[in-house]
Order: sequence, then C-alpha cells, then structure tokens
Amino acid sequence: MNPDSTAIPAAVPARPPVVRIRGVDKTFPVRGGAPTVALQGIELDITRGEFISLIGPSGCGKSTLLRVIGDLITPDAGSVEVNGKSARAARTDRDYGMVFQAPVLFDWRTVEANVALPLELMNVPASERARRVTEMLDLVELSGFQRHYPHQLSGGMQQRASIARALAFEPTILLMDEPFGALDEMTRERLNAEVLRVWARTGTTIVFVTHSIPEAVFLSTRVVVMSPRPGRIADVIDIDLPQPRTDDSRESDRYFELVTAVRESLRGHPTGSGARTRAEGGIG
Amino acid sequence: MTTLRVPSPGPWTIRPRTAVASAIRRYLPAVFVFVVLMVVWEAVVPRTGRRPLPPPTQIANALLTEGATLYPAAWNTLYSALGGLLIGTIAGVAVAFMASRWVLARDVLLPLAVGASAVPLIALAPILNNWFGVLDPFSKMMMAALLVFFPITINVVRGLVEVQPQALELMRSYAASDTQLLRRVRIPNMLPYFFTALKVSTTLAFIGAIVGEFFGGSTVVLGRLILKSISGGRFDMAWAVIVLGSMAAIVSYLVVAFVERLVIPWYVSMRDGAG
Repeated sequence: MNPDSTAIPAAVPARPPVVRIRGVDKTFPVRGGAPTVALQGIELDITRGEFISLIGPSGCGKSTLLRVIGDLITPDAGSVEVNGKSARAARTDRDYGMVFQAPVLFDWRTVEANVALPLELMNVPASERARRVTEMLDLVELSGFQRHYPHQLSGGMQQRASIARALAFEPTILLMDEPFGALDEMTRERLNAEVLRVWARTGTTIVFVTHSIPEAVFLSTRVVVMSPRPGRIADVIDIDLPQPRTDDSRESDRYFELVTAVRESLRGHPTGSGARTRAEGGIG
Repeated sequence: MTTLRVPSPGPWTIRPRTAVASAIRRYLPAVFVFVVLMVVWEAVVPRTGRRPLPPPTQIANALLTEGATLYPAAWNTLYSALGGLLIGTIAGVAVAFMASRWVLARDVLLPLAVGASAVPLIALAPILNNWFGVLDPFSKMMMAALLVFFPITINVVRGLVEVQPQALELMRSYAASDTQLLRRVRIPNMLPYFFTALKVSTTLAFIGAIVGEFFGGSTVVLGRLILKSISGGRFDMAWAVIVLGSMAAIVSYLVVAFVERLVIPWYVSMRDGAG
C-alpha cells in the first residue's frame, strides 16, 4: 500500500461517493475468550444510485459493516462519511431506510400505520402522510391491504410492507440486511425483481447484505466479497449485466460467469476488477 | 394479488350471531361437566353425612334467602378488593416505569421485587391489620394491593424492556427520541403483558381482601361471614359466601378482559388465533 493513497486520486470520479469508508476497524469483546475482529481495514466507496451487495460467510462482518454505515454500530477506528457528513449526522438527518431479515412490523399498527410510522416521527402532516403511504403501498403492490394487521399477511407481504416503510420518507440510502433470507425461493425471486423495479424508479442507493450468490449477482451493480476472521473485503466484483435486469438475465451466459466469479472469490481466488492484494502470509 | 387468500379482520368486527354460536360451542363441554358434577354432588353427598359439604340446592337456597346478610358483606369486600387492585396496579406500574427508565432503579428495584414476590405475603395480613387499623377497610386494601403489586411490576417491566432488538435499531435509524420510542414502541409492546398481569391480579385482590378480613375488622364482610357461619354450624351459608366471592371475582375478571379487548384488539385477535 502506497502511503500516499489517501491523497485525492488524479481522476476525480464524475459522481461523488454517497458513502466513503476509510480504514474502519471493529472488534467485539467476547466474554472469557479472544475478542472477535469483526472488521479490519475496511475501505469502500459507494456512488449515488449504485446497488451494492455485501456477501460472505457468516461471521465475515457484512452485517456489522452495514450497521457501521447506518451508525447503528460505532467503529473503533476509521471514518465513515455519508452524503459528505458523518454517519451520525446522516442518521439524524434521516438519510437511511432500514430493512431487516425480520419485517419488524409493529403488531399494534395496521399496514398503513406501520408504513406511516417514520413519517409520523418526522412530523409530516396527516394529509401528506396518507398520500405517501398510498403511493408506497402501490409501489410494493400492497394496495387493498392498508387496514390489515401484520399477522394477517404472509411473510412475503410483510417484507414488502417493511420495504414500503423504509422508502416512505425518501431516504437517500436503503440499507437491507438479508431482507429475503427467511423467504422461500419463489417469493425471494419475485421480491428481487420488485426491489430492482423500486430501485430503478426511486434512484435510491442500496446496500444489500446477503449470503446468496445468485441474488447478489442478479441485483447488484457491484458485489463486495468479504472474508471472515478478521472481517475484511476480499474482493469487489463489477456486475456488468445490462439493465434493466429481467428473468432472462438469470439465464444469460454472463450471469453464470459472474456467479462463478463470486463463488471463486468466496473460496479465496479473487478474480474481480477491484481485487485487493490479499495478505501474503497465507490464509488462516 | 386477488388470488391470495387474506384472513378476515379480527373477531372484534361485530358478527354477533356467529360469535355467540361459537362461544356456546366452545364452552358447552365445560358447562356440561359442571352440571353433571352438581347433580352427582346433590345425589351423593347427603348420604355421606358430611356436614361441611351441604348439597348445592341448600347453598342456592342460602344465597336466595340470606340476601340481607350476604349482599352488604359482598359490597364491602368488593370495595376492599377493587380498592386494593387499584392501589397495587398504580404502584406497580409506577415502579415498573422507573425500573425500565433508569438502569440504577432496575438494578435496585427488580431484585427486590423478585425476592419479595417469593415471600408468603398472606402472612403479613395480621401485621397490616395492626398497621393500618383493623377496623379500617384500608388495611384490607393494602393486603390486596401487596399481592397485586408484584405481578404487575414484573410484567410491566418485561413489557417495556423486552422489545425486539431490531425494533430498537429501526427506531434509532429514524433518529427517534426517547419519548417517541416510549410512546410508539415500549408502551404498546407492554400493554399485553400488563393486561395478562391485571387479570391474574383481579383474583389475587379478592384473595388478599378476604384473608385480611379473617384477621379481624368489620363483621359485614365476606371473610368474617365465612368464619361466623362455620362457628354457627351454617355450612350452607359459608358456601354461599364463597360462591358470592367467586362471582364478584369472575365479574371483575370479565370486566378487565372486556377492557383489554377495547384497548388492544390487535393482540386479542392474534392470541385467539383469528385469521
């Protein structure tokens, strides 16, 4: 690593990064054991409108990295800049929408009241709130279910409601932590297509944690491959499948090449364009 | 979208005829067994010659003919029990809010509450009678309140604290204030725990009030009436008092269950498995 690498690069990118991560470390203490190094030396730039997937085996720190970006976890070292300010300022400015693996809908609120929650917290007037909720439920194809309670919906519908809630206040970044991990394959593929449609329509930057290789390749503009113990970025693979992605994208030769590339990378053979120099001292 | 089968809204949407029909179907076996028990009791017990167990018809007769003695006593006990329920609930909720709000309060109060709930509190009845005045119904209220206090406190703390961790992360990502978190997440999350505890507490309040009455005070109360009837050999009367006390407790319980249905219909519908 060149000691001058922090200097501004000669070719300034056309679009400024939405997320700029420099030298982030995070260690979790373990009671009665060696501490877990969840993240080590993370460097990543995410450009506006990108769809970034974080992929890796469990324990590689991908969810931790997502939470560091969203200021839900404070890193021990390094800096996270979001929209040109600190991650904390971005959070208090409500720049983030969050979607978790569980829908985290509140049982005591109807679907529409759940989607309206962030707007309520932000003191959006009731009429505007109603308009936005209708629009969002339309976007995720849940119109007609406004008055239902979460337990009256299927798992896939609950997750769609939680996506509607995350988008309701037009956050500039959508952080999604294995949002479809608990769903069956068919529902998952349908929701993948739906997320892409929402992404194309809203232009939101998405950071998406997954452990499904096909899902990462199908959705992303770039796949960030992470390796565990310590959690590091092992590889960054550009996904150059043409947009918009359709069911045909899943059957193209390039798709299979990219799936193979990500798989190889996960096995420790980075092939991607942005491959980091891996530690020479061997693995493990 | 239309092919998806969507469960109908919960049972609180009014569908009287089916609701009554399903209630009858649900409770019919229990009612049937109860009636059979009463008939067997009526037929068998008099032949055993055991005086403490008079036949049900005799108990019913006492209930109908001794109203002048029974009902004022029932009102007084109801007053003590419900007063105690109110005091214990308010105190329990107040302590629970403090314990969930301040870590220090939680570390001090919760172990105390859990420890104290293991104490056989009923044993304190004579002391409370002495403390608050044996003739003052307030001493019986305090016995009831004491029994109510612990389950309310412990359950309300659990409801306020045991929030899904991701719900907290979600609220944090919205930069929600503590007040917003309390009002929009912690309190609604707590309400089912609260009503569960309140229903248990209703019964406890009657136990507390009646046991307090055993140890002296006004004679126009259910607890004293049981003792007096037994010493006078009127077991039918003693049982009539017990039936009356049970009825008061059951009606109070049903009132709480009804209020629960009004306040948290979403939970009642989830619990009862509608949809």
